[in-house]
Amino acid sequence: MSDAFLSQTITITSDGEEIEAYAALVQDTAPRGGVVVIHHLPGYDEETKEIVRHFAALGYNAIMPNLYWRDAPGASPDDAAAAGRAKGGVPDERLVADVAGGAEFLRALPNSNGKVGVIGYCSGGRQSVLAACSLELDAAVDNYGAFVVGTPPEGFPLKVKPLYDLLGDLSCPLLGLFGVDDQYPSQEHVAELEGLLTEHGKEFEFHNYEGAGHAFFAVNRPAFRPEAAKDGWEKIAAFYGKHLGA
Amino acid sequence: MCTYIVEKVSTEGSGKGPDGWFAVTDTTVSYDHPVHASAEHTLNIDFLNPGKGASARVAVELTAQSARELIAAIQRTLEQVPPGL
Repeated sequence: MSDAFLSQTITITSDGEEIEAYAALVQDTAPRGGVVVIHHLPGYDEETKEIVRHFAALGYNAIMPNLYWRDAPGASPDDAAAAGRAKGGVPDERLVADVAGGAEFLRALPNSNGKVGVIGYCSGGRQSVLAACSLELDAAVDNYGAFVVGTPPEGFPLKVKPLYDLLGDLSCPLLGLFGVDDQYPSQEHVAELEGLLTEHGKEFEFHNYEGAGHAFFAVNRPAFRPEAAKDGWEKIAAFYGKHLGA
Repeated sequence: MCTYIVEKVSTEGSGKGPDGWFAVTDTTVSYDHPVHASAEHTLNIDFLNPGKGASARVAVELTAQSARELIAAIQRTLEQVPPGL
């Protein structure tokens, strides 16, 4: 079995339109699962592309749609992210379409076993849950996504809504990784989400890391916490191994 | 968390971007995760000309303290300008 993979920028179809995406595709022919990576608000950046390649190194085909492509086609990723930010972020319907396009691409690969997971960080954590409540997927990972549940602070100019109405539609097991010191989501938010998923009879696995706050996976940011990130990656590998395996 | 806090203002002036000088028509100010600065959240200013595309942009990401000091410096500068100039 070969561990070679090909990583490159490609286009995928989302809601009938072509958008840019970054893919890392395993070259071995043995059937395997796929992962759609949702980047964080600052954009389709080098660090998140490294996460895509990491999934290929773990043996999964992986793809990251450029969520800001429609805001500024062809612009550099940071300029496109600024254009998206000025518009208040990525609309939920568009996010779901982009993840659906990524999942469809992965399932059509010759070495796909038909299973697709989704993962997101920060704003992408909420979007991972949103996608898993809107699409038929096989595993979802929420890394410290704010406003899956919870009431925004008074006067907060939130352009996205909590997902209370959608949680009953969660289509797959959910892994949640959170920092105990995070305020959004706080430990109260995490507990509330646990309670709601239990009420809905959904399968989930949550881990809360002491000494870590928001964005503890982000290797290029002061919030990086190597111990939490290392353990988190092990949890992700085990979770996808269980749910995306052949 | 992503705050999504954004203010927009029309602007008259010029900025120097990666392709040289351009007329600035719009400015957005946000407080959210930066792309490059070593902080979890920064005060981000984008001087823009959307008519010339998303790349017509001069961007800064400042810590909140730096942003407040910049505001004060701008105010002090403008206060020193003689009337009518």
